[in-house]
Amino acid sequence: MSRRMQIVLASFCFCWLFVSTAAAQSGGELRFSIQSEPKTFDPMLADDDSSETIRYLTGGFLIRLNRQTQTLEPELATSWKVSNGGQTISFELRRNVVFSDGTPFSADDVAYTMRTLMDPNLHSPTADPFRSVEGQVKIDVKSPTAIVLQFPGPVANLEELFDSVAIVSAKSPHRDVAGLGPFVVAEHKAGSSIVLRRNPNYWKRDAAGKPLPYLDAVHLDIQQNRDLEMLRFRRGEIQLINTIAPDAFDRLAADMRSAAHDAGPSFDTEQMWFNQVASAPIPDYKKAWFRSQNFRRAVSQAINRADMCRIAFAGHAQPAAGMISPANHFWFNAKLRPEETDVPGALKRLADDGFHLDKDVLRDRDGHAVEFSIITNAGNKVRERLAVMMQDDLARIGIRLNVVTLDFPSLIDRISHSFNYEACLLGLVNVDLDPSTQMNVWLSSASNHQWNPEEKTPATPWEVEIDRLMHAQASTTDNKQRKEYFDRVQEIVADQAPFIYLVNKNALSAVSPTVRNAAPVVLRPQTYWNIDSLYLAAPDPSGRHGE
Amino acid sequence: MSRIRLVAIVFLALTFSAVLFADFVAPAPYAKQFREVPNAAPSLKHLLGTDDLGRDSFSRLLYGSRVSLLLAPAAALLSTLIAAFVGGSAGYLGGWFERVALAATDLSLSLPWLFLLLTVRALLPLNVAPVTSVVVTFALLGVLGWSSSGRVICSGARAIRESDFVLQAKALGCAPHRLILRQVLPNLQPVLSAQFWTSIPIFIIAEANLGILGLGVAEPLPSWGNLLRGLENWPEVKASPWKLAPIVALIAVVSCFQLIFQKRENLAS
Repeated sequence: MSRRMQIVLASFCFCWLFVSTAAAQSGGELRFSIQSEPKTFDPMLADDDSSETIRYLTGGFLIRLNRQTQTLEPELATSWKVSNGGQTISFELRRNVVFSDGTPFSADDVAYTMRTLMDPNLHSPTADPFRSVEGQVKIDVKSPTAIVLQFPGPVANLEELFDSVAIVSAKSPHRDVAGLGPFVVAEHKAGSSIVLRRNPNYWKRDAAGKPLPYLDAVHLDIQQNRDLEMLRFRRGEIQLINTIAPDAFDRLAADMRSAAHDAGPSFDTEQMWFNQVASAPIPDYKKAWFRSQNFRRAVSQAINRADMCRIAFAGHAQPAAGMISPANHFWFNAKLRPEETDVPGALKRLADDGFHLDKDVLRDRDGHAVEFSIITNAGNKVRERLAVMMQDDLARIGIRLNVVTLDFPSLIDRISHSFNYEACLLGLVNVDLDPSTQMNVWLSSASNHQWNPEEKTPATPWEVEIDRLMHAQASTTDNKQRKEYFDRVQEIVADQAPFIYLVNKNALSAVSPTVRNAAPVVLRPQTYWNIDSLYLAAPDPSGRHGE
Repeated sequence: MSRIRLVAIVFLALTFSAVLFADFVAPAPYAKQFREVPNAAPSLKHLLGTDDLGRDSFSRLLYGSRVSLLLAPAAALLSTLIAAFVGGSAGYLGGWFERVALAATDLSLSLPWLFLLLTVRALLPLNVAPVTSVVVTFALLGVLGWSSSGRVICSGARAIRESDFVLQAKALGCAPHRLILRQVLPNLQPVLSAQFWTSIPIFIIAEANLGILGLGVAEPLPSWGNLLRGLENWPEVKASPWKLAPIVALIAVVSCFQLIFQKRENLAS
């Protein structure tokens, strides 16, 4: 390509970008639903979905994880540097930024935020991942635009943790409401709705220099009923839905094709596991089955994951290869493949452990017929379908599976307290890219180590190895080294199958065709991650909505 | 015999024959998953199409009807017998016994059954075979579902107690057991019969609702209750009207029973 052609092409691209951003319309109120009343409006205490939504829309952050590229981008910090083995982070801050009430933003606000956040008396869930070692954080304000934070010990993935730290004002007389995010809370009708108004002092501008966000307001309706949420979307009363069930998605796609978005495999997994708790009130011979690697792998091999994706999820899922979804570009171990359905292979594994088929009934070496129950939460149709499909698959290797649906509190009581169950089918919602956040699952002493929680000492050599690798990856900041450790954890988990991973469901969402610049992704918040650049198209004069 | 009653009898006879001989009539086992054709439309191979897991809907309707037609009436009979004993005794004897029985009935009506059933489920073992689960479910419904019928029967028994013919029988020295067997029970029969027939569809629907507590009929065994749960999704039903077959069958069977027994009650009165 000649130099002249390159210049012409570059000019065209620039003009197109300029025209498209200039054409972006300011104004309008975006409406969508949250499932419950936020437990708090304090960004440091946000722990539930609704509170995190408010924090996402109103908070200003030093660093932001771009939900589309899965990379960190500068926001209030123009640059940062992690040093001292992951113990220290220094920030260079953006100049001429003010809070929504006009108070200037400076390093003092970052210092105040971190000091408040790390106060043990606050019990902030956002602060927990920073506390790798007991001790105080040393905060050194070098200048109004430079600050250094030194933690008492190395913190894995330190910079990404700042994606959840909304900066609050140290000096503002209206500290509770002054924010640095694109919106501010304007109105709250308890149990009904929350209105967020545009922050007139928001620092960000688009490529054409136009102030962001484009929207005037975001109206959040508190609506627990998902059917009503869909109905309101179809009527045009709300414009976004973050997650939709596969059946509802297909119906929406049939009626409003451009509103239904399948962003591909999400981070969420559906999995089953066997109860391996030593004190569980189940017969010893069943405990022996469940502790057998061959038994667990045979069950895994008998399950037809492709059918599960096609039938239970209407094609909106992928067979799972392991604990990390392929959607997690960096941390997924690409060497792993989903377990192929292999009935003869499963029977061979079982034979190696002394199991044998007796007139279509599988028996262990002591003659016990292999039968166990699997519990799952009642009311989740997709999960009930998965369980019935597993029932059919396992019948092919002579195992009788009894499906028991329980209300959620009963189920949690059984898997967390009484341990009175044999196998469980549930899903795991992953919201973070980094494996450090899964320490509460993989460490043998962890409470969410579901197959055998809170072990005093690891029950098996492979759990000793997982403990070692998880601690090792958490104590270094070299991501290449961490990836090697975590790849090995994924391989051990795939080989030992303490969790039998079934599918990664796709991220299904709905975006009204009137919403422009929307690009749904798999990470939360799927539809409004780029809220400051969303805008609403002019209403159709015919009054029609969608297609 | 009226023509409509004859049609009802023939329909019920055919239905009962089909469900009793479902092993021979059904084109496929009720649990077999034809995974290549989930949610299929009716065809020669699958007369009522297939469900969301590819199971033959006609076969599941036949087997589900067998479960519900045998066990829902059994549960209804159990609850009507308990209601007849408690309500009938209270109404006929009157006095303090009636007050105590009615208080017990009111207490039973006001109990939070949902939570009690959750407790019952927690006490049951997890490894329950589907057939056992269905028997336990309907037995629970029978034992717990007597109270509203009991009040109606109590009212009917009280009216009989205060009637002239009972007074006359007592005056003539009729023995109590003879009075109950020859006068009270025959006159209560229409009320008992009505309570029995109205309980059947209620128990079938209740069984469907109990599924959300893990108390319903366990998969893969079908029942009218869990087949009716498939109708929750109205847009899907609208697009596939043959999925209404379970509710059509339920309405048809209950209506036929009503037609036959209404006629009998009319003749009796």
